[in-house]
Amino acid sequence: MKSMKLLRPALVCFALMTLLCGVLYTVVITGAAQLLFPNQANGSIITVTLKDGTKKEYGSELIAQEFTGPEYLVGRPAGVTNLSPTSEEQKKLVEERIDWWHSFDPGNTADIPMDLVTASASGVDPNISPAAAEYQAARIAAARNVPVEEVRRIIQTYTSGPFLGVIGEPAVNVLKVNLALDGLLSS
Amino acid sequence: MSRMVLQDILYIVILIGLSVPLGSYIYKVMTGQKVFLTRVLAPVEKGIYRMMGAVPDEEMSAKKYALSVLLFSAAGFLFLFLLLLIQGFLPLNPEGMNGTSWHLAFNTAASFVSNTNWQAYAGESTLSYLTQFLGLTVQNFVSAATGIAVLFALIRGFVLKQKKTLGSFWVDLTRSTLYIFIPLSFVVSLLLISQGVVQTFGPYHEAAMLETGAAQTIPLGPAASQIAIKQLGTNGGGFFGMNSAFPLENPTPFSNFIQALSILLIPAALCVSFGKAVKNGKQGRTIYITMMIFFAAAIAAATVSEQFAAPAFQGVAVSGSMEGKEVIHGVGASSLWAAVTTAASNGSVNAMHDSLTPLGGMVSMFLMQLGEIVFGGVGSGLYGMLAFVLLTVFIAGLMVGRTPEYLGKKVEPFDMKMVCLIVLAPPLLTLLGTAAAVVSPGAVSWLTNSGAHGFSEILYAFSSMANNNGSAFAGFRADTVFTNVLGGVIMLLVRFIPMTAVIFLAGNMAQKKTVAAGEGTLSTSNGTFVGLLIGVILIIGALSFLPALALGPIADFFTT
Repeated sequence: MKSMKLLRPALVCFALMTLLCGVLYTVVITGAAQLLFPNQANGSIITVTLKDGTKKEYGSELIAQEFTGPEYLVGRPAGVTNLSPTSEEQKKLVEERIDWWHSFDPGNTADIPMDLVTASASGVDPNISPAAAEYQAARIAAARNVPVEEVRRIIQTYTSGPFLGVIGEPAVNVLKVNLALDGLLSS
Repeated sequence: MSRMVLQDILYIVILIGLSVPLGSYIYKVMTGQKVFLTRVLAPVEKGIYRMMGAVPDEEMSAKKYALSVLLFSAAGFLFLFLLLLIQGFLPLNPEGMNGTSWHLAFNTAASFVSNTNWQAYAGESTLSYLTQFLGLTVQNFVSAATGIAVLFALIRGFVLKQKKTLGSFWVDLTRSTLYIFIPLSFVVSLLLISQGVVQTFGPYHEAAMLETGAAQTIPLGPAASQIAIKQLGTNGGGFFGMNSAFPLENPTPFSNFIQALSILLIPAALCVSFGKAVKNGKQGRTIYITMMIFFAAAIAAATVSEQFAAPAFQGVAVSGSMEGKEVIHGVGASSLWAAVTTAASNGSVNAMHDSLTPLGGMVSMFLMQLGEIVFGGVGSGLYGMLAFVLLTVFIAGLMVGRTPEYLGKKVEPFDMKMVCLIVLAPPLLTLLGTAAAVVSPGAVSWLTNSGAHGFSEILYAFSSMANNNGSAFAGFRADTVFTNVLGGVIMLLVRFIPMTAVIFLAGNMAQKKTVAAGEGTLSTSNGTFVGLLIGVILIIGALSFLPALALGPIADFFTT
C-alpha cells in the first residue's frame, strides 16, 4: 500500500524528466545548433563550387577517406585493431605496413613516422602528424611534377593545433590537403 | 614531453579553478538557497512538484527515500528496456533500426540506469534517434541526478541531529537536474557543436570519396546534446560506437579538453559542496586532496608507460605508442583521458584502451578497481569515498581503543555493516564476474588478444561493469547472452546495493546526537589522516586485485 503511494510520484516524475531532458532539451539544442553552427552540426561536409558553377560534396572533413595514389597524401591505416601494442600479431601487422610504405615509395629511406604504421582509435582518423606529411611531401611533388615547396606550403595551410600551443597535438587534415592539391580548395 | 606535462598541469589547475565556485553553487542549490537561476527555474520547479502530487518539503525516512530511488530507477529501467525492444515500430528512426535482442536491451537498460553506460552495441548501427534521446539521454541526466541526491541524503545524515528524516528525494532529484545538469549541458553542448560535434535529426549523409569516387556514409544524429551530459554526469556512453575517439563525437583538441574537464568537474566540485554543507571546509579539502593524489599519480604513470614503454620497430621513427590513438590527441591527451575517465566512473574513451601499453592499461583498470572513488561517479564517487573515510576512522579507532567518530557522530556497528556493503560489493562482484567468465565455455572466442592480454580483456570488462564505469578493452566481444545477462545483473547490484546502504547509513547517522570533539578525537582533516586514508584504500584495492592483476597486465608486461 505504502509503495503504491510512492509509485505515482515515481512515474509522474519520470515522465516529466523524460519530457524535459529528453524532448525539450534535445529539441532546443538542435534548434540552436542548426541556427548557429549549421555546417558543424550536419557533419562538417566539404562542399566545393566547381568552375562551371555547380556544387559538389567531397565528404566530411572529420572522416578519413581512402587514398592510394602516389600523387595524394596517404592517411593512417583504416580500421581499429584493439591489439595489444606489444603483441606478436601487432608486430606482424606493423611490419607488413612498413613493407607497404617501402614498396610504395622505394626511394624514401627516412624513418617512417609511427602514426603511418599504426591504426587509430576511431578507425577513420582524418589527420596525420606533420612528420607523416613531411615524409610524403617529396613523393607527392614528384608524382605531380610540382616543386616540393608548393606541397609543403599546402600541408602547412591545413595543419592545425595544438590548441593554445599546449592542448592536444599538431595535425594535418589529409582530405583538405588532397583537395587543395587537386585545386578544389584554396591553396 | 614537456607539452604533455604542461597540458596535464593546465588541466588540473583549470579543474580546481572551476570546481570551487561550482561547488558553492551546488551546495546552495541542494540546500534550497537562492541562486542566479532561481528566478527563471523556480516556476518550472514548482510546476513539476504540483504535477507529481508531491509536497516539496515532505521529509522522507531512510526507508521511504530508498524506496523512492528504487521505484524511480525501476520505472526508468522498464521504459528504456521496452523502448529498445520496440524501436523499430517507432518514429524518428531514419536509418530503419530494428528492435534489439532481449538480452542486449536488458544489458543496455541496466547499464544506463546504473550510470555505468557499458555498451555492448555501436550506436550508429543499432539505435534509432528516438532511442538515443528519449531513452539514453534521459537516463544520462537522471542517473547522475540520483547520485547527487543520495550524496546529499548522506550529508544530511552527518549534519542533522536526532532526526528521523533525510529530506525529499523528489526535491533533490528535480533541483539537481534543473539547476545543475541542464544549464551546464546547454553550455557544453554548444561549445562541442561549434567544434564539429553533430546535432541534427536528419538522416545519415552519403558522400562520394575524392580519389575513388566510392560512396561513404557519414553517420549523424542528435549527438552533442547527449555527449554533453554523458561527460557531465560521468555516464560515458557514446552516441557512436567509437565513443569520444570518433571525430564526429570529439573533433578537436579543444573539444577533447572541454569533455575531459566536464568529466571530473562535478565530482570534484562536490568535495567543495561537502565541505560547505558540513560547515567545515577542511573536511572537504582533505578528501579533495586525497583524490587528487591518486589522480595525479595515475596520470603520471599512464603517460610514462605510453610514452616510454612503446614498442620500437625497425625503420620507424621512435615515438610513444600510437596504436589505437588519434593523431590530434597523441600520447599526452590520450593518457590524460585514460586516467580521467577511469578515475571518474565515466568510461568514455578517446583512445582504445585495449591498445594501451600493458602498464598503461593497468592504471585504468586499477583506478576502477579501487571502487570508483578517485572523484568517481557524480555523487556516488564521494559517498563511496566517505565510506572509506568511515572505515579509516574505524580502523584508527580500533588502534587507539576509542569509539570512532566522524564529524561529531559516533560510528557504530550498524554503520560499519553498511560501510562493508558499500566497500565490498564492487570487488566481490568484479572477481566473481571475472571468474565466471573465465570458466565459461567459449570464453576464448570472445577475445581479440591472446595470453595474458586476453585475460586482461575479461578482467577489465568485469572491473568496468562491477564498478559502474563502462569503459572497455574493446577487443572483448561483449554482445553475448552470457555477458549481457551476467553483466546487466552485476551493474544493477553494484549500483543499488551500495546506494541503498548509503541511504540507511544516512538514516542511522541522522538519528544520532553530535558529540563535541575532545582531546582524543582523531582529526580527519590533516596530513596524517590523508596518509591513513590512502593506506586503507590501497590495502583494500591491492589485497583484492593483486593476484588478478599479476595474471593480466603484469604478466603481459613481463612476457612481451
